[in-house]
Amino acid sequence: MSMNTTATTRPLEPEKRAIIIGASSGIGAALAKEWARRGYIVAALAPDEAGLEKVAAEGNGRIHTYLHDVTNYDEIPALCQQIIHDIGGVDIVAYIAGIQPVVALDEYNFEKDAAMIRVNFVGAVAWLNQAAVRFERAQSGQIVAVSSIAGDRGRVGAPVYNASKAGLSTYLEALRNRLTRQGVTVTTVKFGFVDTALLENAAKTFWVISPEKAAQEIDTAVRKKKQTVYAPARWGLVSLIIRHIPSFIFRRMSF
Amino acid sequence: MINENIDRTVSILPDERLERVPAWGGASYSLSHVYRPTTIEQLQAVLKLARKNGRSIGLRGGGNSYGDAAMNAENILLDMRRMNRILAWEPENGRITVEPGVTISQLWQYILEDGWWPPVVTGTMMTTVGGCAGMNVHGKNAYQAGPIGDHILAFDMLLANGDIITCSRDENSDIFHAAIGGMGILGIFTAITMQMKRVYSGLLDVETETRPNLAAMFSYFEENLENSDYIVGWMDAFAKGDALGRGDVHKASYLPPGADPAPSQTMRLENQHLPSTMFGIVPKSIIWLGMRPFMNNPGTWLINNAKYHAGRLFGPKRSRQPHAAFHFLLDYVPDWKKAYGAGGLIQYQPFIPKETAQDAFREILQLCQTRRLPNYLTVFKRHRPDDFLLTHALDGYSMAMDFRITKRNRERIVNLAREMDEIVLQANGRFYFAKDSVLRRETAVAYLGQSVIDQFRALKQRLDPDNLLQTNLWRRVFG
Repeated sequence: MSMNTTATTRPLEPEKRAIIIGASSGIGAALAKEWARRGYIVAALAPDEAGLEKVAAEGNGRIHTYLHDVTNYDEIPALCQQIIHDIGGVDIVAYIAGIQPVVALDEYNFEKDAAMIRVNFVGAVAWLNQAAVRFERAQSGQIVAVSSIAGDRGRVGAPVYNASKAGLSTYLEALRNRLTRQGVTVTTVKFGFVDTALLENAAKTFWVISPEKAAQEIDTAVRKKKQTVYAPARWGLVSLIIRHIPSFIFRRMSF
Repeated sequence: MINENIDRTVSILPDERLERVPAWGGASYSLSHVYRPTTIEQLQAVLKLARKNGRSIGLRGGGNSYGDAAMNAENILLDMRRMNRILAWEPENGRITVEPGVTISQLWQYILEDGWWPPVVTGTMMTTVGGCAGMNVHGKNAYQAGPIGDHILAFDMLLANGDIITCSRDENSDIFHAAIGGMGILGIFTAITMQMKRVYSGLLDVETETRPNLAAMFSYFEENLENSDYIVGWMDAFAKGDALGRGDVHKASYLPPGADPAPSQTMRLENQHLPSTMFGIVPKSIIWLGMRPFMNNPGTWLINNAKYHAGRLFGPKRSRQPHAAFHFLLDYVPDWKKAYGAGGLIQYQPFIPKETAQDAFREILQLCQTRRLPNYLTVFKRHRPDDFLLTHALDGYSMAMDFRITKRNRERIVNLAREMDEIVLQANGRFYFAKDSVLRRETAVAYLGQSVIDQFRALKQRLDPDNLLQTNLWRRVFG
């Protein structure tokens, strides 16, 4: 039976309840801790048991963990219902899960490419579709997902990573257009470089922020009910420039 | 902490059953999987479904409880309103047996032309008999008639294991006295037999007058308890100093036999219905829009003053009103709660023994003013004790206070409620689950007593050992 959360014990002052998919390391782990610190009840999901345990240990008992690999799509509807039942409802669903294996400039490895699409994009659709149905019915709720400036153009170095984030951004935009009229906020956060496992494979980096800083950026965007944000904001300018580089130049560039 | 016990093969409840279920006051909501059965077989099927899915079941009638009494977040909610058949009616002696989803509206319209009226009715006729029994509601005649439970002769109740038992004062009397007022936690009423009240007219003698302060309000009640059937007071919570507790009183009495020259005419439904317009032109359905600009401190201050002084200037009024017009004032302005805005409202209604009531209510009214959270509607009633286990009633008074809820005042309202709780407990007062949104566990233990709660828990353990029947209210106060 469901645990007794404050949504029922204090109906006038309920704590926020958040589900974070991809919460065992990096941005997701930092976000789980940030929201627990803010008094939210957090359901943290990831396939990495040790990582989850570490996150939960720093959550003041507010972080509830669930072992889950987002590519197990079939279990998502039941698991989603189970989690929401456990924490007595949900106000925010955050999709943070993402992978970026090393891909050489001349490499066309379908296994790696398919894995990125399955985690970065299809998993997001599987989870956020569930969130959309509930939030639409509740006429309330917030969806947030981590996309990337990498999704703004297709580059020589990361064709499928770029495509997976482009797909995610476009999906989120469409979700926003469907759900705004239902009282639901959909926030896309596009990061530049964040100091996580994904960055280990990057060649040149600059303006790197910590996962904690990234988590705060997400938290601020959610609390301000933003639509799309670049984080930190200067990446917005970079994106503006990159998006306007003509193809005949972009084709000759090495990044 | 890792949750490895998830049964991922469990069949999930269908999304299309998921509904947003608000507290009546609109200050909170939950999502639930809602089922609307029409038969006992369908009820039993839902019990099985809940067990199979590891879900609890909450019961909901008309959904008129101000707070979370008829909510069950992320679990199953049974909307009982389609179980609304009248099973037996004996016009010669006024006994009626109904299914729990029968509304007060259905009930009075069914029996009035035979010369009967429900002995206890709520301020809205949209409540169901099952909900009224589960909350053991009272009316403006609580000091004469007690709560609705005093007029229930017997009921059938479906238990969590699928069995049906019959309860009355002679049979399963412990369950009878606990399930009435038991918040729908012990079982599901399937049939309720009640004794109706004989009336000799479709009209009531109604008197209205103003009272200048709280002491005068109390003395009016004490002087008129014997010679009337209904009394209700409306207070202006903004009045201060010598005028604290001033307001109007409305008193009504049944007509004795022979006083109405044509009772069968006044009892016809056509002569009971509320007018569909206000002042002859304004449709009822939009009146709340006109109230909205006044639902703030200065606006309500203005309205209360105007109402009080108009009443004082024009003096006492006497009239004969149809039963429905007198009782169902809330239905006269449909959606009036919308005037409170998007944050909705909550009600706080303490019950205080007559010896300590006047001082306690004075203290509460002053506290609200000091905290700058005056309540916008204040209704004052007299009660008598009864023998139901979780009863709210006592030999004394109640004051129902409506507070507007906004994004900014939630925390202040909750803190104010805690301060008021202290005053109520000091005065040996009690609380009422149908209205509640803020009661805390320790407060419930303090006024009910641990032994009463243990008795109720023992019955719960006996009748529903798997805790299948739950509501948000139950988990909040007793869970």
